[in-house]
Amino acid sequence: MKIAESWLREWVSPDLDTEALGHQLTMLGHEVDGIEFEGAEIADIVIAEVMEVGKHPDADKLSLCKVNDGSGTLVDVVCGAPNVFQGMKTPIAKPGVKLPNGMKLRKAKIRGVVSNGMLCSAVELGLGEESDGIMSLPQDAEVGARLIDLLKLPDAIFDLDLTPNRGDCFSVLGIARDVSALTGASLKNPTVKAVKATIDDIQPVELVEPAGCPRFAGRVIRGIDPAAKSPVWLTERLRRAGLRAISPVVDITNFVMLEFGQPLHAYDFALLQGPIRPRMAKSGETVTLLDEKEVELNDDTLIITDDSGPIGIAGIMGGLSTAVTDKTTDIFFEAAFWPQDFMAGRARSYAMQTDASMRFERGVDPAGQGRAVERATQLLLDIAGGNAGPLVDESVKKHLPVRTEITLRKDHLARLLGLAINDSEVANILTRLSMKVAAIDGGWNVSAPSHRFDIVIEADLIEEVARIHGYDSIPEATEYSQAPLETVTETKVDLERVAATLIARDYQEIVTYSFIDEGANEAFTGSKSELILSNPISSEMSVMRASLWPGMIVAAAANNARQQDRVRLFEASKTFHGSLGEHTEIVRIAGLVSGTANPEQWASPLESVDFFDIKADVEALLALAAAENDIHFVATEHPALQSGQAAEITRDDEIIGVIGKLHPRLEKSFGLKRAVFLFELDAAKTLASNAPSAAEISKFPAIRRDIAVIVDDKISADEIVKVVAASSPMLIQDVRIFDIYKGPGIEAGRKSVAISLILQETSRTLTDDDADVAMAAAVKKLEDQFAAILRD
Amino acid sequence: MQALSELINQAASEIDAATDLAALEAVRVSYLGKKGQLTARLKTLGQLPAKERASAGQEINQAKQTLQGRFNTRRDSLENAALEAKLAADAVDVSLPGRGRSIGGRHPLSRVQSRIERIFTNAGFGVRSGPEIEDDFHNFTALNIPDNHPARALHDTFYFPGGNLLRTHTSPVQIRSIVNEGVPIRIIAPGRVYRCDSDQTHTPMFHQVEGLVIDENISFANLKAVLHQFVEAFFEREAELRFRPSYFPFTEPSAEVDIRWDEGNWLEILGCGMVHPNVLEKAGVDSEKYTGYAFGIGIDRLAMLRYGVTDLRTFFDNDLRFLRQFR
Repeated sequence: MKIAESWLREWVSPDLDTEALGHQLTMLGHEVDGIEFEGAEIADIVIAEVMEVGKHPDADKLSLCKVNDGSGTLVDVVCGAPNVFQGMKTPIAKPGVKLPNGMKLRKAKIRGVVSNGMLCSAVELGLGEESDGIMSLPQDAEVGARLIDLLKLPDAIFDLDLTPNRGDCFSVLGIARDVSALTGASLKNPTVKAVKATIDDIQPVELVEPAGCPRFAGRVIRGIDPAAKSPVWLTERLRRAGLRAISPVVDITNFVMLEFGQPLHAYDFALLQGPIRPRMAKSGETVTLLDEKEVELNDDTLIITDDSGPIGIAGIMGGLSTAVTDKTTDIFFEAAFWPQDFMAGRARSYAMQTDASMRFERGVDPAGQGRAVERATQLLLDIAGGNAGPLVDESVKKHLPVRTEITLRKDHLARLLGLAINDSEVANILTRLSMKVAAIDGGWNVSAPSHRFDIVIEADLIEEVARIHGYDSIPEATEYSQAPLETVTETKVDLERVAATLIARDYQEIVTYSFIDEGANEAFTGSKSELILSNPISSEMSVMRASLWPGMIVAAAANNARQQDRVRLFEASKTFHGSLGEHTEIVRIAGLVSGTANPEQWASPLESVDFFDIKADVEALLALAAAENDIHFVATEHPALQSGQAAEITRDDEIIGVIGKLHPRLEKSFGLKRAVFLFELDAAKTLASNAPSAAEISKFPAIRRDIAVIVDDKISADEIVKVVAASSPMLIQDVRIFDIYKGPGIEAGRKSVAISLILQETSRTLTDDDADVAMAAAVKKLEDQFAAILRD
Repeated sequence: MQALSELINQAASEIDAATDLAALEAVRVSYLGKKGQLTARLKTLGQLPAKERASAGQEINQAKQTLQGRFNTRRDSLENAALEAKLAADAVDVSLPGRGRSIGGRHPLSRVQSRIERIFTNAGFGVRSGPEIEDDFHNFTALNIPDNHPARALHDTFYFPGGNLLRTHTSPVQIRSIVNEGVPIRIIAPGRVYRCDSDQTHTPMFHQVEGLVIDENISFANLKAVLHQFVEAFFEREAELRFRPSYFPFTEPSAEVDIRWDEGNWLEILGCGMVHPNVLEKAGVDSEKYTGYAFGIGIDRLAMLRYGVTDLRTFFDNDLRFLRQFR
């Protein structure tokens, strides 16, 4: 909300400069987002009258004006604004004057014609963010006088970020009350006099839905001058609050809303038919609102009706059929109290948000309706004349909100804040906040004023005391906690270690979005996502990812496009699976490598990464959980991977991840430049671990024996190792494949596999005979299982 | 016959003249070998009269020792020279880069999150996590944000059909942790959060760390202390903080915290407050016996301040040229 310092000071004026006042507002909880200073830089701008408007000889869009700037002689000014007219009063910047944007005006030729100054728009004078032409000032503005004198500038405008609990602060009065409570400066509270009725007309109001409308004030005013204009002081107040001036009636309703926080509505009295009855809408009823849009109503919505049907949505917007026009002479002002329960979320359900709905949703003072109507009446009579009928102020007391008494305990206050505040200070603060305070044993009984909807429980009072006493005054004290120490588990490997391992192996961590393109998700998982956002930012971010790969590949492609050909990425984060209502979130660790295995380097040839480069990285991760013995890489088919270079990774026969080469079709469609290899592991399954259990190291020497066998090419290394290791499980410590050969000397479809065995006993030194027996057993197994032939 | 002394001189000069080990060995063989000249002389001793034999033998043996000594010295020096020459040939340009892989790097947001976790775990906090697809109850209702509460409008929530949502803050982890573990409790909960908003200072996904301490006498003064200490530990310098009243439905009193930054400007870094009694009661905690504080820190915001990043979106571009600055 924007609030002008000049207006605020009319209500409360502490002895503080603008910056200090702004600081106090922030420390009250009404954060100042910015302060705009207006007028200081336009002291030399004067008011001019346009005497003649002629055509510029050489430019269709420019006018050549004769202008009276108060100097006694008419001057020629070229003007580009479409809204200039003969007789217009408007600000002029004369040659030599500097504008707020730093531009200094000089007498200049514009398309060959000399211009002796510039007629100015609000934007050019720093008085607004948009304008449709030069400023049009009131006809009675004095030619030659300073603009800032007319507008009562300079001024400062605070842009406040108000919190939703303080509906009472959406007004000058509300802010002034808080400033007064904090600073002790008195609240001047300009008196609102009751206007005497000079006519008898009233608009009957029937409170048929008293829970939804427990109070409704109104007044008929007849015979106003429809041609009256809002005075500058009024339009300036509105402008500084960010509202446009429209007509005296509308401007006054807005002014009173800004001043007291009570939204008002003005009807054309002549167009009202029968009594006004606020009631709940019936489903399917429609009303055309002031913005000329027809709205279909829900049955949770309070509406205003007369005999013609709905004529407005309560607290949100009035209807078109009874709206004030530029011909209206008789009006009816409405100031109602619509309780929060009947307002919350309603505006949003119609995709609307108005100044009125914002205030009613947050709570409007149920005691302020009559005052608002009186204020509006007086202003209207002053500006547009007319005769006022009697004030009608209907209410149903039992439906008006009641502020219950809350007990504030002294010890609880001190305990929650960690600060003991003396009793008189506490009582004083609450009293300054317009609360009724009664001292009791050990504390106070407190009743909040009608405008404070946010004071419900003791903690709310404690916050109020702390807020006014100052958060700064609360000391810092380190707590003693009874919470037990956290364990540091060894049942799973820390993701920090995973990250450190991958980083040491030249992987760069990335962070990609959790929501991705639906098609990409399907391409990488082979199934359609059921976790689709209702309101995504864009279609590329519409489903929850079931794999980290799509985001990672997009990142790799983007880096390729930025001339980064060697890309090595990892991400450890959540993936989302299953269906709405029973989804699971699984942390995965994914990696991608593309480009050369090593950075370009003088000493070794550049080789592109292949399957076994990335496999080594995965094996390093698996080793962290000391689980390599249970791990197998099993050839598989995967929708995103190239057949023949894809494997499932299993641990104890459970699939824990996938590794392989990105299918060239996807490589191409994502715009990648080189072959891409990927892995993705389920973090929990991969990293489950146990505290190591130490085994005795054999004191006896190990024997190494090498053999080579010829087997069918389809037999995997893993199968061979498994069979050999199982042939003498007590003796064989390690089995390694140290060469694979295919080619001359080996028939097609078969391969030679060279295997080394490390044999060792923990209780004795092995003999050559022991080794021979073990080797024979291993060869026998290989012959039996794979029809292997021992090479000599 | 040549005088022995002459023979020794001749041998000595041949030893000195040998420029490599092979030549030196040839000289040794020609004098000291089985058929060498000095060996030959020893064999002639038998021809001498008996009384001269002893002294002549001694003379020859002495000469032999002298020559062997000179030879050894020369051999050592030639061997040294050969080694030096070989080593000189092996010299490399030490300024050339090493072979093999380089090193990768941590993402700045993880780096910050990891530091935050370490700071708090050092102080005895546990680290918890919770689901990112949340239900309305945990994200809003249990946090004292009922249906139609105006605060909901500020959350720009991503929804799924049926009413589930992407959590808009890490606060739901408060509720889940209290319900799971009971009190006293002392935890942080870092993680991803989501709001449908996108510009230079907002991305639809960002990161928060929630903090929650509930015990029998936890006060606002404790909250002030922990946050002040945290900020100083994080920025590794003294820091001036400003706690300013604010509003969150799930804390009362509530505060936003600003840090004094360059040129004296206050920059908002987090929100916090004393856990609202309604939140405690909804989670089954006796709000008369227990009090607590909670805070929510923007990880991305801290990363921007710490590393001088001016556009939040940079963190999610994953441009290697940017990321390589954070090893």
